[in-house]
Amino acid sequence: MLTSLGGVLFDGFAYGMLLFLLSVGLSVTLGMMNFINLAHGSFGMLGGYVTVTLMDRLGWPFLATLPAAFVAAAALSVVLERLLFRHSYRAGELDQVLLTIGVVFMSVASAAYIWGTVQQPVQLPDYFTGSFTFLGVNFAYYRLFLIGTALVVTLLLVAGLEWTRFGAQVRAAVDNQRMARGLGINVNLAFAITFALGSGLAGLGGSLAIAMVGLDPDFAFAYLVYVLIVVSVGGLASIGGSFAAATVLGISDIAGKYYFPALGSFLIYLVMVGVLMWRPAGLFGKR
Amino acid sequence: MATQIAVTGAVLAARGLDKSFGSLVVASGIDFELPQGARYALIGPNGAGKTTLINLMTGMLRPDRGQIFLGGEAVTALGPAARVKRGLVRTFQINALFPHLSALEAVALAVCERQGHGGIWWRRLPDYRAAVEEAHAILASLHLADDCYRLTHELAYGQQRLLEIALALATKPKVLLLDEPAAGVPRDESGALFGVISGLSRDITVLFIEHDMDVVFRFASRILVMVGGRILVEGSPDQISADPRVREVYLGQKRHG
Amino acid sequence: MASAAAPHAYLQQQARWHWVEIVFWLSTLLPFVLFPQYLQLASQIAITALFALSLDLILGYAGVVSLGHAAFFGLGAYTAGILSKFYWGEPLSLLVAGALVAGLVGYATSWIIAYFRHLALIMITLGLGLLLYEAANSASWLTGGADGLQGVRIRPLLDYFNFDLYGRTAYTYSLIVLFLAFLVTRRIIHSPFGLSLRGIRENPVRMPAIGAPSRAHIRKIYTIAAVMAGIAGALIAETTETVSLETLSFQRSADVLVILILGGAGRLYGGIVGAIIYMVARDQFSGVNPQFWYFWIGLLLVAVVMFLPNGILGGLARFTESWRRRSR
Ligand SMILES: Nc1ncnc2c1ncn2[C@@H]1O[C@H](COP(=O)(O)OP(=O)(O)O)[C@@H](O)[C@H]1O
Ligand SMILES: [Mg+2]
Repeated sequence: MLTSLGGVLFDGFAYGMLLFLLSVGLSVTLGMMNFINLAHGSFGMLGGYVTVTLMDRLGWPFLATLPAAFVAAAALSVVLERLLFRHSYRAGELDQVLLTIGVVFMSVASAAYIWGTVQQPVQLPDYFTGSFTFLGVNFAYYRLFLIGTALVVTLLLVAGLEWTRFGAQVRAAVDNQRMARGLGINVNLAFAITFALGSGLAGLGGSLAIAMVGLDPDFAFAYLVYVLIVVSVGGLASIGGSFAAATVLGISDIAGKYYFPALGSFLIYLVMVGVLMWRPAGLFGKR
Repeated sequence: MATQIAVTGAVLAARGLDKSFGSLVVASGIDFELPQGARYALIGPNGAGKTTLINLMTGMLRPDRGQIFLGGEAVTALGPAARVKRGLVRTFQINALFPHLSALEAVALAVCERQGHGGIWWRRLPDYRAAVEEAHAILASLHLADDCYRLTHELAYGQQRLLEIALALATKPKVLLLDEPAAGVPRDESGALFGVISGLSRDITVLFIEHDMDVVFRFASRILVMVGGRILVEGSPDQISADPRVREVYLGQKRHG
Repeated sequence: MASAAAPHAYLQQQARWHWVEIVFWLSTLLPFVLFPQYLQLASQIAITALFALSLDLILGYAGVVSLGHAAFFGLGAYTAGILSKFYWGEPLSLLVAGALVAGLVGYATSWIIAYFRHLALIMITLGLGLLLYEAANSASWLTGGADGLQGVRIRPLLDYFNFDLYGRTAYTYSLIVLFLAFLVTRRIIHSPFGLSLRGIRENPVRMPAIGAPSRAHIRKIYTIAAVMAGIAGALIAETTETVSLETLSFQRSADVLVILILGGAGRLYGGIVGAIIYMVARDQFSGVNPQFWYFWIGLLLVAVVMFLPNGILGGLARFTESWRRRSR
């Protein structure tokens, strides 16, 4: 029982880190522009397929595909932002929802067309396949790597937001967009960059996700729901909030499936609705 | 809590209203009374907290401290709609209209809500002939009858300002708080607009915010001057124009909009 | 011209049936003669149209965005399906039961819905929908879970008209129910309540400032819409004699949104027109490449938002308006 608890905690934390990478970008961009981007999960999916393709077709090593996944998702997000999304910042949330759901539909169908609907296999390098046991808990190397990556990303994000000029601009825009514009900050540019970075992180999360949760065209929708839960519980534009929410969600999801398999994801959705009703801006949100 | 303070003769009174946004104090120790049938002007430089005061009075914001009395009765705990039902009604500095309703529909909406038909879904709107005709009469009294079938967003800006007032009148207000009714209206038209306002029945007590001093002195019987979230002075137009503190505020701050 | 008419007469004029509407409803009878082999599809279209009409009431008229409207559709479907399996299969009473259950849940959740707007509202409707989906999935002893509900048995309509293979009864039945619901909707739209709903959509901030109880209005219309969606769900259970989890899915909520937006929200006929186009197109294309269907839907959605913000009917209205002006 105790060992299984340790295992659940470890696996849940690793899973939570995955969810964090997938969702932190949406949290920040939502906080900045109030732009509801339901296509965020699609960028994660793209990252996954980039990794699979580079490894299978071009024989790239796994680690080398990770930056490529980041760049591909970031690049595509810039194209979409300039081409489509920026036209709907001022429109209501309905237009944003429709526009981005349209993008999700297209991405899912395209993935099914190009890669088929089957689960994509990924062959992890040997040094990731093993695990060691400590105090009766099984630590898989790959999950440790995942956790390490997520922690590094978190540190970089927090440091970047706190100590760089760009980070200060982003914080100002989140705080009060009008005032930021008044101060001469180019909010649109800052947003475009943030959007690209956030989508890139989702792409990175997507490629790291394959070995843990698999990859098929459903990914864009299935993980969108998790991403939205993290964002709504964690609060907008709060990196710490996203981190905490993703951790709790990851652990409770794994624990729920382990201890109450019959309930499926029911508990998670219940918690999400409950939190939203209690605090619509999320547990850690300011607004 | 503060009980029924005797506010004889006052239809609307504020007692010790405080409000801050974070560290920004926008209302502090606000006290005033509007006697029945009065025509008050509320003036003060931009950012003085005039709109915030209207928000507090009408329940769109909650005060941090203080009480609001309508007809001697505390309404501080009531929501905006409940205050409107008791006759405390406002207009907006920035048009808050229904862009894709016709002017007639918009005013008929307000009339129907006042008469309690707003939840009726099994009868048609034109069956409420009296309500529709009342809406039309209100529009006619504001010179909007000819354009009453046009969509609100198609109306000229000056007409939209009038429609702001029409919506408020449709609720049969006892106290009407007008937030810069002539905001954005050319100077030569604002006289006509205030002509309409001064022609309102004396059953309606009016407080209006306005920056144009000629207009203020012409139409207000008394003036409240607000600066930095406080009421600096209250007095008759003559007292106010002679008051050195007011002069200082207005000489130090020529531009206000 | 217009200003010459008395105001209530003018409004009466606005609410009157247009000849195009009468032609439209008469033409819904055409499938009986022209496409007798497609009556099953026609009945599915009528049911989808009813579902879209119910969404129009909250989204198109009151401006309440929901990403979980399938919850009520699925509730109606499962209520009718489960009752028919375990108790009785009389279709009209099942319809009432589906409406009742969906309406009750709609009323209960409307207390939540009315308090939120924007992002929180979208997430809450999405979350409630997912919650119900998972609940139905978990309660497989009752719902059949992912395999769908088996053993739905429906008695003949009025104990006389069998639900035949060609869908004659199904289409007649669905069309009559759709038409009745349409009449109710039309009445709501032209009522003082309908005007208040449009007021909420146009400016939710102003409504309390004219003394309108917006939240009570939203609760009411949300419940009415849930009832209508429940009826649509019960109809689908009765005419297909199956209920799958898909009736509760996010996909179903998104589909009906697409249908309504495609046709034109807030235009009474938008849901119906959207349903006809969407269902016919799906029937035509799905044979070719089923998994790619959603690519075109996605593209369509993006195109509608970017270029046809008021849907097909909105575009048509603008076209006829400018054409009329030119010919004047
Ligand atoms: N919702 C709000 N949040 C934060 N500050 C506000 C808010 N509303 C108004 N303010 C600030 O309060 C001050 C008073 O504003 P306002 O009442 O609109 O002034 P006035 O109407 O006299 O021009 C301004 O500095 C304004 O920026
Ligand atoms: Mg102001």
